[in-house]
Amino acid sequence: MSWIFEQENYFIKGIRFGILSPKEIRQMSTTLIVSDKLYEDDIPIAGGVRDPRMGAIEPGERCPVCGNPPSLCPGHFGRIELAAPVVHVEFAWKIHELLKATCRSCGRVLVTPEEFKTYLNLYRRLKRKWPRLANDLVKNIISQASKNMVCPHCGETQYKIILDKPYRFYEERPEGRVFLNPHDIRQRLELIPDDHAELLGMDPVEARPEWMVITVLPVPPLPVRTPISLETGVRSEDDLTHLLIGIIRANNSLKQAIEGAAPQSIIEVRWSLLQYNVSVFFDNELPGVPVSRHRNQRALKGIVQRLKGKEGRFRGYLSGKRVNFSARTVISPDPNISINEVGVPEEIAKILTIAEPVTPFNVERLRKLVMRGPEKWPGANYVIKDDGSKIDLRFTKDRKALAESLKPGYIVERHIVDGDIVLFNRQPSLHRMSMMAHIVKVFPGKTFRLNLLVCPPYNADFDGDEMNLHVVRLPEAMAEARELMLVEKHILSPRYGGPIIGGGQDYVSGAYLLTSKTTLLTKDEVIKILSAAGYKGKLPEPDIIKPGPYWTGKQLISLFLPKDFNFRGPAKINGGPLTCSGPECFHDSYVVIRKGKLLEGVFDKKAVGAQQSENVIHMMTKKYGTSTTRNFFDTAFRMFIRTLELKGFTMSIRDIEIPEEAKRKVEEIVDEAKNKVSDLIRQFEEGTLEAIPGRTLKETLELRIIQTLNEARDKAGKAAIAYMEPFNNVFIMARTGARGSEVNITNMGVLLGQQVVRGKRVHRGYRGRTLSHFRKGDLSPESRGFVRNSFRDGLNPTELFFHAAAGREGLVDTAVKTSQSGYMQRRLVNALQDLHVEYDGTVRDAEGNVVQFAAGEDMVDPMSTYHGKAVNIDAIIDEVRGG
Amino acid sequence: MSPSRSKKVSRKILHHELVPKHEVLDIEEAAKLLKELGVEPHQLPHISVNDPVVRILNAKPGDIIRIRRKSEIAGETIFYRIVAAY
Ligand SMILES: [Mg+2]
Ligand SMILES: [Zn+2]
Ligand SMILES: [Zn+2]
Repeated sequence: MSWIFEQENYFIKGIRFGILSPKEIRQMSTTLIVSDKLYEDDIPIAGGVRDPRMGAIEPGERCPVCGNPPSLCPGHFGRIELAAPVVHVEFAWKIHELLKATCRSCGRVLVTPEEFKTYLNLYRRLKRKWPRLANDLVKNIISQASKNMVCPHCGETQYKIILDKPYRFYEERPEGRVFLNPHDIRQRLELIPDDHAELLGMDPVEARPEWMVITVLPVPPLPVRTPISLETGVRSEDDLTHLLIGIIRANNSLKQAIEGAAPQSIIEVRWSLLQYNVSVFFDNELPGVPVSRHRNQRALKGIVQRLKGKEGRFRGYLSGKRVNFSARTVISPDPNISINEVGVPEEIAKILTIAEPVTPFNVERLRKLVMRGPEKWPGANYVIKDDGSKIDLRFTKDRKALAESLKPGYIVERHIVDGDIVLFNRQPSLHRMSMMAHIVKVFPGKTFRLNLLVCPPYNADFDGDEMNLHVVRLPEAMAEARELMLVEKHILSPRYGGPIIGGGQDYVSGAYLLTSKTTLLTKDEVIKILSAAGYKGKLPEPDIIKPGPYWTGKQLISLFLPKDFNFRGPAKINGGPLTCSGPECFHDSYVVIRKGKLLEGVFDKKAVGAQQSENVIHMMTKKYGTSTTRNFFDTAFRMFIRTLELKGFTMSIRDIEIPEEAKRKVEEIVDEAKNKVSDLIRQFEEGTLEAIPGRTLKETLELRIIQTLNEARDKAGKAAIAYMEPFNNVFIMARTGARGSEVNITNMGVLLGQQVVRGKRVHRGYRGRTLSHFRKGDLSPESRGFVRNSFRDGLNPTELFFHAAAGREGLVDTAVKTSQSGYMQRRLVNALQDLHVEYDGTVRDAEGNVVQFAAGEDMVDPMSTYHGKAVNIDAIIDEVRGG
Repeated sequence: MSPSRSKKVSRKILHHELVPKHEVLDIEEAAKLLKELGVEPHQLPHISVNDPVVRILNAKPGDIIRIRRKSEIAGETIFYRIVAAY
């Protein structure tokens, strides 16, 4: 094989953190920076912050240090020699700890020599295996030592050290508060012996305490702070460069003052200015420190600002994954491709490529692809020769010659074609089914197409949703994707041990209409429906001979069921007036499949819908495997759609109309409820209402009113729906679970009922009333958000307002909930991301620490359970009895 | 010794139904467990010496404790924790 399949094996054994010593800073520096000027006559000056020795950045420039052009020069550090030391702000807290815990005269930790010995011993033993304990020990030693006001080593009296955040230190002496300048601080830190520093949590080899006070400041290489030049020729320097200029100015003026033997007060002012400038270079959002600003008032970005936050270096780049060989576009539905497939626009297929090594077996095919080139699909975009050189076919004149020259050892970057495997993903990627492997099918157009049955796992719809696609390029990864990630391997969800893939809406209505007892199909219809499913076998004998040959939908479904499949269970419509507890159901609401024949019951949401546990699909998958179920999805489910197309299925205003008689009944129910409510209000006013335990009288009244009105709404709804004809399309959709519910029907055709805001009847607005249309203190249903009308009848103005208020609350709730649960998910995933199940069944973290001794306590994969239970006794008994 | 350590704990808590059975492993058992899992002692989950049950058992830092818990999923599940000094 060739170079792209080879890999060099280097492993990171560890990362060491430390503080740069002045010596290291000087060693790695190529330039001493002394001038705050950048250019003279448009040429960068030596000794300025733009000194070319810090790296080549302009096109055509050659680095004077390493001789490389900008693309290869890594950049080189410079340095600023500070006229006087300054505290490193980010370490101020640690310096404070060290000063508190050590002697001001001998630098040793303020514990007795004996204590020191035992502590150090203990610390060294704990450090490796119990780092948490070691940290606690350090903390305890520091707090113990800071309390000791006399040095046990040399007898020196100690004073309290105060840190005036962010970087000023004071010592509380008998004569008063004394400022400790960075020079004093550095001297004290220098005194701390190595082993004493170690006990205070420092690594004296990698980070000597005094290195936390800066004497030499490293100047970052030019490539990390490149100026941007506008077309006008105006150059705009990077923020870090501006901050560095500030440091140099402050440094030079301090140097001048010191060399000129200026008065101490002037030196101190300039010194603190230098301290300020160096501090904001690191962090320009320090509390209690003025922000350093650009000429145009924009706050400059310090080093901390570059790293921090969502768009910072860590979250934005290091853990932000942007990849090649990927595509993103709008998705649209295609019920005619397999659930395992994804439709890819030709335009995208011409850009995404797979590197195919040339072999004697594929040369001819690859030659053809190379000859077709990058413009025609299927073709190829690049040829990589055995010497590693990459030829761009866009600029190759004689493709024919190149195609002829193909031989083993060459690699062709060919377009993706039908049958290739890719990963398909929709955000938010909340569970593993959010990214599944699909098989490519190239189509004209500009959108990705996917089968409607895979919408539930992605939670996708087609109101403008976009999805991402990633090409799987290496043979091993292709095999893994195909075996582990293919859609059909995810029909059952590990989330709840049931199928997560399935049909909704049209599929449910269609399945119901097809399998309904009343559906009799002519030969013509049967042919149309079966051909939609791609049925190739013989036409079955019609179930009904007289008054002419008719076929039932149950017959057609049975053609696609495995021949020895048995199943029994209630349908979704089983309930209310259509309840049946077992077979021989008059309402056809109990599904019985025996020996692969659907004998009784209709297919509705329970049978064909997604996220329905222990249903037909679930049992079929458990018994025959996922590819049988996938086949059922790709054939039988198409019949459901075709049935609906043949019959025509819609809803009209008439479907939610209720007859006069029903209207009268509803009126009676509502009037009765209103009377009850006014009774309650009268009792409340007379003081005869009895309070519910733990509630005030007012609360009791409200609760009773809400209860009364809700009961009335349900009762009215039930009464009205009873008058609807059973083959009303809206009613069918609600009953079968295709779309909508009885509540929705009630709202559309009967009444909306009580509107609720913050769990109560509408109560806010004007003083003592909800709207100016009502009297103060009016507690009647109408004034508190009861909507007597339905959507069909139309709402009156006050009703519309109350309905809008309740609707608004719903919108706000969903907006708040999604953001909160999203953040919770982020935190959870962060905490759990590298836990894994080892081959011994234990759960370990990345370091091999045991988290759980048996994964999930029972080492059972929830995906292979029956809704969480390892065995389904009923199914086994049915199986043994033979259905 | 921390103040919480010196307070006495009633043995009655052992009989509460929400307190699972704890027992200290002997040296052979502990060595066997560590060998089976292929881990060093500190890689087991920790339990504080100040934990009430640990104090009743009078276990010392470094001891390994076996906890048998009732589990809705598995009936009974066994967990091990090493006594930590904090
Ligand atoms: Mg959408
Ligand atoms: Zn260079
Ligand atoms: Zn001392």
